Amino acid sequence: MVDRTTAAATETKIQDPPWHRRLVESLGDLREALRRNPTMLFGLVVLGVMAVAAFGAPYFGLPDPMRQAPIERLRDPSAENWFGTDMYGRDLFSRVLHGGQISLMVGLSVAFLATVIGLAIGLVAGFNRRVDAIVMRFMDALMSIPAILLAIALVALWGSSVPNVILALTIPEVPRVVRLVRSVVLMLRDQVFVQAAIACGTSTARILVRHIMPNTIPPLIVQATYICAQAVIFEAYLSFVGAGTPPEVPSWGNIMAEGRRFFFQNFGMILYPGVFLAITVFAINTFGDGLRDSLDPRMQRRV
Amino acid sequence: MTEAMTLSAAPPRPVPAGEPVLEVEDLRTYFDTRDGVVKAVDGLSFSLKPGEILGVVGESGCGKSITSLSIMQLVPRPPARFASGAIRFRGRDLLKLGHEEMRRIRGNEISMIFQDPMSSLNPVLTVGDQLTEAVILHQKLGKRAARDRAREMLDLVHIPEPERRLEEYPHQLSGGMRQRVMIAMALGCDPSVLIADEPTTALDVTIQAQILALMEEIRDKLKTAIILITHDLGVVAEMADRVLVMYAGRKVEEADVVELFERPQHPYTRGLMASIPRLTAAEMETAPPRLSEIPGIVPSLNALPPGCTFADRCPHVQDHCRRGYPPLEPKRPGHVAACWESHRLPEWQP
Amino acid sequence: MTETLLEVEGLKKHFPIHGGLLNREQARVYAVDGVSFTVRRGETLGIVGESGCGKSTLGKTILKLIEPTEGAIRLKGRDITRLSRREMLPHRREMQVIFQDPYASLNQRMRVQDIVAEPLGNFDTGSRAERLEKVAALFAKVGLRLEVMHRYPHEFSGGQRQRLGIARALALNPELIIADEPVSALDVSVQAQVINLMMDLQGEFDLSYLFIAHDLAVVQHISHRIGVMYLGRVVELTDKASLFRHPQHPYTEALLASVPVPDPRRRKKRTVLKGDVPSPVKPPKGCHFNTRCPYAVERCFHESPALREVAPGHWAACHLR
Repeated sequence: MVDRTTAAATETKIQDPPWHRRLVESLGDLREALRRNPTMLFGLVVLGVMAVAAFGAPYFGLPDPMRQAPIERLRDPSAENWFGTDMYGRDLFSRVLHGGQISLMVGLSVAFLATVIGLAIGLVAGFNRRVDAIVMRFMDALMSIPAILLAIALVALWGSSVPNVILALTIPEVPRVVRLVRSVVLMLRDQVFVQAAIACGTSTARILVRHIMPNTIPPLIVQATYICAQAVIFEAYLSFVGAGTPPEVPSWGNIMAEGRRFFFQNFGMILYPGVFLAITVFAINTFGDGLRDSLDPRMQRRV
Repeated sequence: MTEAMTLSAAPPRPVPAGEPVLEVEDLRTYFDTRDGVVKAVDGLSFSLKPGEILGVVGESGCGKSITSLSIMQLVPRPPARFASGAIRFRGRDLLKLGHEEMRRIRGNEISMIFQDPMSSLNPVLTVGDQLTEAVILHQKLGKRAARDRAREMLDLVHIPEPERRLEEYPHQLSGGMRQRVMIAMALGCDPSVLIADEPTTALDVTIQAQILALMEEIRDKLKTAIILITHDLGVVAEMADRVLVMYAGRKVEEADVVELFERPQHPYTRGLMASIPRLTAAEMETAPPRLSEIPGIVPSLNALPPGCTFADRCPHVQDHCRRGYPPLEPKRPGHVAACWESHRLPEWQP
Repeated sequence: MTETLLEVEGLKKHFPIHGGLLNREQARVYAVDGVSFTVRRGETLGIVGESGCGKSTLGKTILKLIEPTEGAIRLKGRDITRLSRREMLPHRREMQVIFQDPYASLNQRMRVQDIVAEPLGNFDTGSRAERLEKVAALFAKVGLRLEVMHRYPHEFSGGQRQRLGIARALALNPELIIADEPVSALDVSVQAQVINLMMDLQGEFDLSYLFIAHDLAVVQHISHRIGVMYLGRVVELTDKASLFRHPQHPYTEALLASVPVPDPRRRKKRTVLKGDVPSPVKPPKGCHFNTRCPYAVERCFHESPALREVAPGHWAACHLR
């Protein structure tokens, strides 16, 4: 009997679907999710436009965002300078577009770093009681300090540079990720399928990696989008108060900070970066909300 | 509390004469989903007389719960819609009533109890609060009178120390007690129809026996008509006067309870009866017989085959069964079934 | 045929309830309170009882998914009561489990072939291709089509998912399978399929089952011997014929009388047990059944009856027998 079934099995070619088919499958899932969730599509499109504008800016033939021309300072918007110029005569449109690079880079890096670090800590804390007791008290302490204050203090300590800003914004976000991951782990730990895995002899490490971790990913991705939006705002805020990216680098926060003094001459220096910032954050949040809805298991279709 | 009480279950009785209190006619509850139209209930008709217990049997997804929710108009619209049909309660078509009118009937003249008593009780309100709410709302009783009525109801469902129970919260009650409270709530306004959707499925057998005895007692005392929805043929055999068997959204058979159990005309009904293990002497032999299975699974309701929906699982299937859905026809006096081949089925041996 | 596979002796599992500011133990749930029985090779021992009687906890304790409080569990003569999770690993090959909820017991994010292959991966050194071959054989064995191997659990019906659970339990060729309410989440027609499958597999592989369920009719169909549990204790244990013909414990009697019979002509005088099952946090003194027992006498309220052999092979815990 066993022989016969094995033979039958060999005939029907048992193998994993090849990777490209799996990729196509998951891309198809994404397309389906976007079709069903137009707001998520909207968020994604706006973000895409922002990214192309920011990272494509050097290739659009715009004026150098650093080139100073004192004679052209504080111009109103015109055909050459769409958003006008700043107090050194630099083209504001070009600076705002270039400024997007910093914002998006900081946002994405912080989201990625905070998620990865938080995931690792959260998994271990959720599964090991002793580690949990120590780590979580430390996280609680970290969470009791307002995120922005902590970031300002860290940048002040390390000096202002883009990597330092990224790190300084990552650290306050980690505890939130840890809490999320830990709560998912604690919930999953008593699930029947985890007991089933223990009963069939799966080691603890494997249970963590194969059964628990994949289930923490969907809420994490959603959380990552919110962290990203938050980091974009905080980066601007840090720059605005002068504790962020070095002042010569164009970033939305820096441009707005400079614009404070010239509000009555060219309020575009505050308006345009502010509008770009708001649109970006809005797009990220819209995308995150859409993701949350489509990753919700209740929304999953049944075949 | 130490002695067991012995109750004699009422023997099956002829369907009472008189005007039906509830008539469902060609009810079609469809759900519009992304994957097509799900015909949860498809052309169902039945009627219910006062004091009658109608058993509705079927497996998950057969439409028995949607039927009861349709009568109560508790199906969410959209995605659901009533594609056709009428639900006549005392001559009025419930499907044509407005929200306000329906609200006056629901919980007042037609009540419902559910499988899981915990999730249908509000955890932050006391038993007393919940019991009096409906009475105050529908019967316009004062607070004091409502309270008295609530105590009366708890007495009726044999809850000891009703005075104390009124002050308790649902989580302080056992599963059986909760179901009793649910029944008391449902009976608070003296409904003429009680819909019981798997009322004992979540309960233990010894508690189930108590609740079934209680429902029977209530029917006898108050002449309430009961629609008893269940998947358990044993419960139906013990309780129902008449039985309606549903499969894939349709009624496939209906008859008096004895007639149905002794001469089932539809292969699905036969399959159900044969597949349950029984506590009988024959079962005590060392090598128990194989249970007879119904092979395969229920077809999905958004892609029903053109012919008989049971054809793919039926042991007596013929080619023509796959071409057209069989009409519900009287096969014997007072016994209808939807099967092309019922006249050729072998003699039924339970 | 009489070789003993599993031996449980005086097994207890008490869950402490902590509370208060100091988080001290305030009470205990006496979930399993002194249970003894054996399972022989090739035999099905049914454990039947109502919710809260401790039957599921019993199964999990034997599987060492939770740590026993007291007593001994011997699997093929070796004591596994105090083994750590790591030390248990080699013994897991001999003892597998089928859970009640075929939805929750399968990881939704894994392909079903990987779910069934998981125990193989834990013990086999074979290549992935060899494992998949073995999985295919298991699929055929439990009546699943091979084309569905790379799908996900949510694409399967309840009965098919339970077949997946059975395939996973069979993967390591165990000698004992603990089945915790394996059919109670299934529709009756599908339930019959799964029961038949389990019985066929038992014949083919000489499996032993510890079959835990609340449905008497199902238990009596599949079991050779049956233990009846009430509030953490086994109150009666015997072969199924004597259990159904001559129940010795009043609780068994009431249980048998409460099961609705699918025959409208046999509507009988129903003996309805009064009252509810007491909470396992505060089980009554003496015989646990004394609050509901119609025959209880003075002695039942302070002395708890031992499980005695009242007839050859027929054990009951009642003072009146």
